[in-house]
Amino acid sequence: MRYGKAPEVFSNLSFQLPTGSFHFLTGASGAGKTSLLSLIYLAHRASEGRIEVFGRDVAHASRENLAALRRRIGVVFQDIRLLDHLNAFDNVALPLRLQKNPSKSWREDVAELLTFVGLGDRAGVFPASLSGGERQRLAIARAVVAKPDLILADEPTGNVDPAMSQRILRLLNLLHRQGTTVLVASHDPVLVAGSGRPVLHLQDGGVTLMRGGAG
Amino acid sequence: MSLLDLRPKRPKPLLPWTDRRDSVLVFVVAILSFLACLSVIAALSANRAADGWRRDLTGSATVLVRPSPGESPDGAAIRATEVLAGIRGVTQAAMLDREDAEELLRPWLSAEVLRDLPVPRLVTLELDREEPATAPELARALAAAGVDATVDDHALWMKDIVQAGKMARIAAALVALLLAAAAAAVIAFATRSALAAYRETVEVLHITGAADRFIAGLFMRRFARVAAFAGAVGALMAVGVAAALRLAGGTEGLTPVLPLAWDDLYWQAAAPFAAALVGAIAARQACLALLKTMP
Repeated sequence: MRYGKAPEVFSNLSFQLPTGSFHFLTGASGAGKTSLLSLIYLAHRASEGRIEVFGRDVAHASRENLAALRRRIGVVFQDIRLLDHLNAFDNVALPLRLQKNPSKSWREDVAELLTFVGLGDRAGVFPASLSGGERQRLAIARAVVAKPDLILADEPTGNVDPAMSQRILRLLNLLHRQGTTVLVASHDPVLVAGSGRPVLHLQDGGVTLMRGGAG
Repeated sequence: MSLLDLRPKRPKPLLPWTDRRDSVLVFVVAILSFLACLSVIAALSANRAADGWRRDLTGSATVLVRPSPGESPDGAAIRATEVLAGIRGVTQAAMLDREDAEELLRPWLSAEVLRDLPVPRLVTLELDREEPATAPELARALAAAGVDATVDDHALWMKDIVQAGKMARIAAALVALLLAAAAAAVIAFATRSALAAYRETVEVLHITGAADRFIAGLFMRRFARVAAFAGAVGALMAVGVAAALRLAGGTEGLTPVLPLAWDDLYWQAAAPFAAALVGAIAARQACLALLKTMP
């Protein structure tokens, strides 16, 4: 992967996320954590090599199939990316509304999740009126509401207090226990160390599995 | 569910119903719609004017009567009028007496000159619109009655007038078409520019798993609605201006040269639909082009 005419971001990068695993992704600033996540959530194509998502080679997938794959992935963006014209409820509901057959209880699911992330009384509020932490929690709720098969979270606890950080981690653990594969990019050594989860460490364009076991 | 349930009952549209960023697009489309509507009204009026010129000339003829020896000019004219009034295809024949004929010449000749001038007598004819009598038929009837006369059915003018009318029609239609095409191009450009402001929304929808056609459909419907509204505003402004011109001009509109009819205003109802169609196509194409930049 490369940006414009810049050199390749990654070299000799190879790893696999087993279904149902939970990994942290670490690395210095600029190591390529966000770029790697964007390759997995199919926002960029690899300039070289091969990426399989849910066992499918994405280089040969049609655009419709890529869209279907994306619907199975929940993404927490580092820059949050809420839709400002939708209120908190509708932002969270977005992935459900894009599904072909959303469950009949999707409104209740959204309300329940908003309550879980501490925004139960903020359903009708627009993102511009929310604090940074509230926006972050909203973005997390949007990423997990459709119970995706894979959750990619880029610094999901970057703007929240330690208590909310633990709450978010509990939510991700809960989804992981239900079979969701989770990959969390984080700068927070306390969060990573305290989780006991395996860590993919990015350095010099390559990746190292630093600690295994819990995945 | 408690009585104080504040959860929104219906999800909002995925794209905003109104957006202040639309104001430029609405302004541009409304102005272009207004101009396009006015050009269509002008084209319809030009068409009507050309028809009117042709109808006026084909519906009339003038007969110049020369008295026979021993006959007074007025007597010859009266005889000619009686003959002409009885011909099939003539609805009305009216003699112009000397005073009427002098009145026609007065702009060019002074009263002193006219007094001594042997002014010819004229008979004006109104012809049947459906089956008008032809000049040879009129000439034959007059000759048969022994009236020395020349029939002018305006054929000499007619060719030029018909040609002028044709040119006026073509010119007006071309102007209307060019303006409509320019309006469509600018609406498409303005729509694409407006859509650029939604790049992040498109990205979020795309990464969240919305299919290209779904996203393009959202933007297509949204911009069609905005363009339709703006098109309607422009059309209403044009209707207002045209109605004012029609009312100010009495029965013939502002001027007989460009006669307006109330019927012309019905055509303006097409403007919002045309604007919506252009906006929808432009938004769809621009959105699909934007999505193509995303894998």
